[in-house]
Amino acid sequence: MKDMIKTLVEAFGPSGRESVVSALLADLVRPFVDEVRSDNMGNLIAYKKGSGGGLRVMLAAHMDEIGLVVSHIDRKGFARFQTVGGVSPLTLLGNRVRFANGATGVVGWEYWLQKRELPKMEELFIDLGATSPADAPVEVGDICCFDRPMVDLGKRLVAKAMDDRIACAVAAQTLIELGDTPNDVYAVFTTQEEVGPRGAMTAAFGIDPDVAVAIDVTDTGDTPKAAFMAVELGGGPAVKIKDSGMIAHEGVKDWMIRSAEAAGIPYQREVLDAGTTDAMVIQTTRAGIPSGCLSIPCRHIHTPSEMVDHGDVLNSVRLLKAMLSEPIAI
Amino acid sequence: MLLQQLSDARGISGCEREVREIIEAAIDGLVDEQRVDTLGNLICLRRARRPVEGRPLKVMVAAHMDEIGLIVTGVNKDGTVRFDKVGGIDDRILLSKQVLIGQAAVPGVIGYRPIHLIARKEREAAPDLSRAAIDIGATSQSAAERLVSLGDPITFRTTYEALEPGALRCVKGKALDDRAGCAVLVELLQHDYAIDLYAVFTAQEEVGLRGARVAAYGIEPDLAFVLEGTICDDLPKGDEDTSHVTEVGKGPAITFMDRSFIADRRLVDLLVETAREEGIPYQFKKAAAGGTDAGAIHLSREGVPAVTVAVPCRNIHAPVSILSLNDLENTHRLMAAALQRIQGSLS
Repeated sequence: MKDMIKTLVEAFGPSGRESVVSALLADLVRPFVDEVRSDNMGNLIAYKKGSGGGLRVMLAAHMDEIGLVVSHIDRKGFARFQTVGGVSPLTLLGNRVRFANGATGVVGWEYWLQKRELPKMEELFIDLGATSPADAPVEVGDICCFDRPMVDLGKRLVAKAMDDRIACAVAAQTLIELGDTPNDVYAVFTTQEEVGPRGAMTAAFGIDPDVAVAIDVTDTGDTPKAAFMAVELGGGPAVKIKDSGMIAHEGVKDWMIRSAEAAGIPYQREVLDAGTTDAMVIQTTRAGIPSGCLSIPCRHIHTPSEMVDHGDVLNSVRLLKAMLSEPIAI
Repeated sequence: MLLQQLSDARGISGCEREVREIIEAAIDGLVDEQRVDTLGNLICLRRARRPVEGRPLKVMVAAHMDEIGLIVTGVNKDGTVRFDKVGGIDDRILLSKQVLIGQAAVPGVIGYRPIHLIARKEREAAPDLSRAAIDIGATSQSAAERLVSLGDPITFRTTYEALEPGALRCVKGKALDDRAGCAVLVELLQHDYAIDLYAVFTAQEEVGLRGARVAAYGIEPDLAFVLEGTICDDLPKGDEDTSHVTEVGKGPAITFMDRSFIADRRLVDLLVETAREEGIPYQFKKAAAGGTDAGAIHLSREGVPAVTVAVPCRNIHAPVSILSLNDLENTHRLMAAALQRIQGSLS
């Protein structure tokens, strides 16, 4: 599964530009499902038909990652930009970004040593190695994302875009391993979560599921000066109770916990102070959809070096399989 | 002239009737069906008039009728009128502006203490609007209440006017955001297309893209275009090597991304190709700021590919804005040509 993760996290896919990731995932899951299609927002919907008598279950893992969009190319060929999703100047300085056409640039700022305060976004620029606007390999409106290879630290994996390709990998692996199930499973690889959530909104409308589970990363409380949060790397998948955008449906939460306990899978309860997931918009689709979220603990979120625990990833797949393979009572 | 009529018409969010009636008169004979929905959107259908294989695409083109303004929230004992803002307004632009209140268009002036009575430090900060009130000349609460009522809409008192008749053909007026879009959309109804064109004049955009949301739900379009008046900051920047968001006279501004949506790449490409091949000037809106009806439409039902095209307007969201009639006409040319290129499905 590490190879699959590496392929997915290293792929190019900022919000609104998810087609590369979508094509990779479509190829991965096609042999294991009954139908694969895309909708108007670019969501990839993989449908595995159930043997009957079960519920229509929607899983949502977002394909997009945070990025930058070019807003101006100056006389010397430097690109100015605006952000796509939650990007901090702290994580940009000196980092490399990559565009869909392969063009690579470095985010620069002149005052590294002189200034003590953080730069403003408008002070930063992308140095593409160009010498004039004509020479620049990108245009206004082009979107880029971080460029970093994945590193396998043994127990832990570090990469850009673990948020939320690790969940894409978990959902794909679940489809691959999931045998017979009474439930109709719609695994949706969603778009534009980092700027919304948006893609999940239209996918949920189209599918109109009985129940939904988003799969996303969550913060941890296990670093030196972390805020109080009872989630740690290696403690197993986290069952979301609440975040700043939604309160998980109690029945969905209980279904997740019951499945974990019955299968002997370690899990953690998650209360997240800031941030939300696709589940927020799925929950209020149409007349309301019971929704929850399976979170994969992740450190350094929205930096180019997001870290997850490999055991948590495998246990997330186990938990999803346990949840989906039996009739669901909510 | 339609733009003049539309700009002078009064219509803050939720009170779009006067604007809608001007549009209804202007589109007479151009549409096959028209209706006004519950939120006050004017929804018009001009059916495909050129041959097309199979079902013609349903293309929604939206422009919002409402403008930013104020609303009466109370009458003071001294006869002055309290107000709140409707839509995004910078407090600093309000002082001493002339306004018209309610159906009867009662004139008033937004009063504030004069410079003599404001300490230097206070002058450097934004005004405290709780200390501002509209002076309608009334001397008592009861006199004022005979003229204005709680909830009355308030618009800026601005008259449309042509400026110096130079190459840019600039005009000034209020509410060019988005009466410019409304004017272009009326013009677009004069052409023949191979699509079912749903021209939607929307309500309540300035308070949260509200009209467009329900209009799109009802229409279920295959594609959507939003016509706007957009941010223009082409004031002198010295030697600073940065872009203006848009510039007056440089043609329609195409949005690739704003706060409310990321434009559908295929529609951006369609507009750019059309502009290049037809020799129509265009520019990109070079800031991901602001939001438009496209934000609501593209998330309707199962999602709708959408893009926004806008006429650059200086001093947007202020009592008076400026646009170039060249940009207005080029927005019309670009949109007409792009819509005429749409035949079957999006590739």
